[in-house]
Amino acid sequence: MDRLLKILEDHARYTTADLAGMLNISENEVKAEMERLEQENIICGYKAIIDWDKVSDDRVTALIEIKVTPQKAAGFEEIAEAVTACPEVESVYLMSGGYDLCVTVKGHTFKEVAMFVAKRLAPMDNVISTATHFVLRKYKEVGTTLVHKRKDDRGTLSL
Amino acid sequence: MKNLEELLNKSVVELKPSGIRKFFDIAANMEHVISLGVGEPDFTTPWHIREAGIASLQQGYTRYTSNWGMLQLRAQIAAFMERKYQLSYHPEHEILVTVGGSEAIDACMRAVISAGDEVLIPEPSFVCYKPIASMVGGVPVVIQTRNENNFRLTPEELRAHITDKTKLLILPYPNNPTGGVMRREHLDAIAEVLRGTDILVLSDEIYAELTYGDCQHVSIAEIDGMKERTVVVSGFSKTYSMTGWRLGFACGPEPILTQMTKIHQFAIMSAPTTSQYAAIEALQNGDEDIANMRAEYDLRRNYIVHALREMGLDCFEPEGAFYAFPCIKSTGLDSETFCEQLLLQKHVAAVPGTAFGDCGEGFIRVSYCNSLPLLKKAVDRIREFIHECKQEEQTNG
Repeated sequence: MDRLLKILEDHARYTTADLAGMLNISENEVKAEMERLEQENIICGYKAIIDWDKVSDDRVTALIEIKVTPQKAAGFEEIAEAVTACPEVESVYLMSGGYDLCVTVKGHTFKEVAMFVAKRLAPMDNVISTATHFVLRKYKEVGTTLVHKRKDDRGTLSL
Repeated sequence: MKNLEELLNKSVVELKPSGIRKFFDIAANMEHVISLGVGEPDFTTPWHIREAGIASLQQGYTRYTSNWGMLQLRAQIAAFMERKYQLSYHPEHEILVTVGGSEAIDACMRAVISAGDEVLIPEPSFVCYKPIASMVGGVPVVIQTRNENNFRLTPEELRAHITDKTKLLILPYPNNPTGGVMRREHLDAIAEVLRGTDILVLSDEIYAELTYGDCQHVSIAEIDGMKERTVVVSGFSKTYSMTGWRLGFACGPEPILTQMTKIHQFAIMSAPTTSQYAAIEALQNGDEDIANMRAEYDLRRNYIVHALREMGLDCFEPEGAFYAFPCIKSTGLDSETFCEQLLLQKHVAAVPGTAFGDCGEGFIRVSYCNSLPLLKKAVDRIREFIHECKQEEQTNG
């Protein structure tokens, strides 16, 4: 059901009736398919993309590079799980290249995020080093442009 | 000096202005209009195609090309026509690169029609055929196609309109505004009528790459005995979202193409060079772009047709282009009033079917060249509008 996933990846707020129309299948089929995708954790959630900068200025996001000594049996799994468990952490990726884990962390102030890194992430077993980069402005988030959305430059009507 | 109006070419002065001018004026003073009235893709030209245009500028390719268009591009067009439709055209004298498909239509009609010749034009259809026929002294003969035939041209209707003055048949499929297509069996039947006559065919196939479901476009030139009488017109605008690049082409028999190229040479010189470089890239590496855009259009098509039917409108399944053509007679309004009220009350722009010929009365053209979220909003507004129309009719009736 690639087509269903692609539609939802772009826009999650369609009703099952809308989706049934697009895919030319019955609404019950859509419901059953979505339930299956949710149960199998292929669809992991539905969230709004919010430009918080327009609402308040007490939100900070940082991107943390973490270097880790991998464990013999578990590799990076154990540390990744420990980092994932922190509610402050928004995303955790295992990376190729110059460092191992790329972690985004959100908080209210620079200090709060910095302290979280210093007190929670850096002291974890096997963490060799961390580097914290604060996000200053978000231009695009999960495929959605947040600034200067371009107007449709086509006319209203053409034959 | 006389009044300027009197000095001008009568056949031009007498042309009817476009049927949507009034709507432009209304929409111009309105905010938050969702437009389902646009006849061009919402996608931007794929990046690698734009890049090829940019690279040609960087390398300084800024001069005229051959009148016929760059030979390299014509060779690519020949390869494309062969690959897609098993049609062989000689790049050197059977293919002309034009400024959009429109110029190819214009040049073809000028090359073919003499004063008094009759030109058969199935309607509803794109708006340029009748005016061009009139301007060159031809006589446009409209063939009205019908909803119950999925707006196809039938052999009976064709036969009924042929006289000894018939010179040219326009075949505008996949069709703007209806989304109707002619499948092979329908074209076979048309070819059967044409065989043994001297009637030429101008097949406007600008939407050929945008067909859906199991429907593959077939060109009438593929049918036995038709290639030698047919000029196929197509272009890059709809296929690759390149409307602003203004590039199209015509393929056909050398004697016709030679005359068309004379007209093109005097009026245009050569099609835009930058666009020609971009078009080479499109033809060489653009198949995946077409597939992706077609898949997206197909979702929208399913969605909009389904939604219009749910509202109680009769809407045949469009198999090509990017339009739905629902019947709005059940609302009790005529096409123009429907579109005007819809725009004024709900800020949704659509085009009355009558803009594409008198037989478009009772229908509206709904373009699905918009993102699905926007289509969803438009659908909600149209649903409200139709609901209100029906309520009003009940109160009055």
